[in-house]
Amino acid sequence: MSESIKKFMFVNTKAPYGTVYALESLEVVLISAAFDQSVSLVFCDDGVFQIANNQNTEASGMKNFSPAYKALGDYDINKIYVETESLEERGLTLDNIMALTYEDEDDDWAEKPSIIPATRAELADLMDEQDVVISS
Amino acid sequence: MKFTLLINEGPYQHQASDTAYQFAKAALAKGHEIYRVFFYNDGVNNATRLAVPPQDDRNITENWAALAKEHELDMVVCIAAAQRRGMLDADEAGRQGKDADNIHPAFRISGLGQLVEGGIQADRLLTFGD
Repeated sequence: MSESIKKFMFVNTKAPYGTVYALESLEVVLISAAFDQSVSLVFCDDGVFQIANNQNTEASGMKNFSPAYKALGDYDINKIYVETESLEERGLTLDNIMALTYEDEDDDWAEKPSIIPATRAELADLMDEQDVVISS
Repeated sequence: MKFTLLINEGPYQHQASDTAYQFAKAALAKGHEIYRVFFYNDGVNNATRLAVPPQDDRNITENWAALAKEHELDMVVCIAAAQRRGMLDADEAGRQGKDADNIHPAFRISGLGQLVEGGIQADRLLTFGD
């Protein structure tokens, strides 16, 4: 389909509920998987709450779409960066984040973690390497 | 250079669409190419043909429509984001059993694949919004 592979990075900065940014960002990510590009995700600022464990939206009347993140591995999206400073600033640790995984086809389909903790400075370098950065 | 523009905020209450419009005009004047303008999130509201802003103010939708006509711009509104916000063209209104449509004919509705493809085809994808 495409003549070249580009590096796409989707940067999620907003809390999952209250606005539709998180859900609509996830929709772009899932579509992008169909284009055989190199896709990575970043969760930073309040965006880290998008992949927090044990989400329950029942009282708010909003749809809990967080189970969809678990499907990212099936779409070959397995570079999911979480900014460590953002976690720290919100009193969170990696234990509060969903243990997203993928099956590595080059390693007999072994299940491996998709979550990669990264510092603000490391993410700045990673963003510099991308062809397309889409943030919301 | 070939640009795709992504506009993520609605008209008048955010600067994104105005800034993108001024950028597009300036880039085209300098001989650059706009491969596509993609409207997402509340950005889809820029495509309403029913807005009636005061006459002494700019009409954002008509500005885009005029620029698109002059330069044959491909202006795409995300169908899922549009439907969520009550933005329908005549075909969609019929399909969804709604009694009205409101998308300006200068815009077309399509899927998110058009955004990703815009990112692949362009030299730069520029996001306008928060």
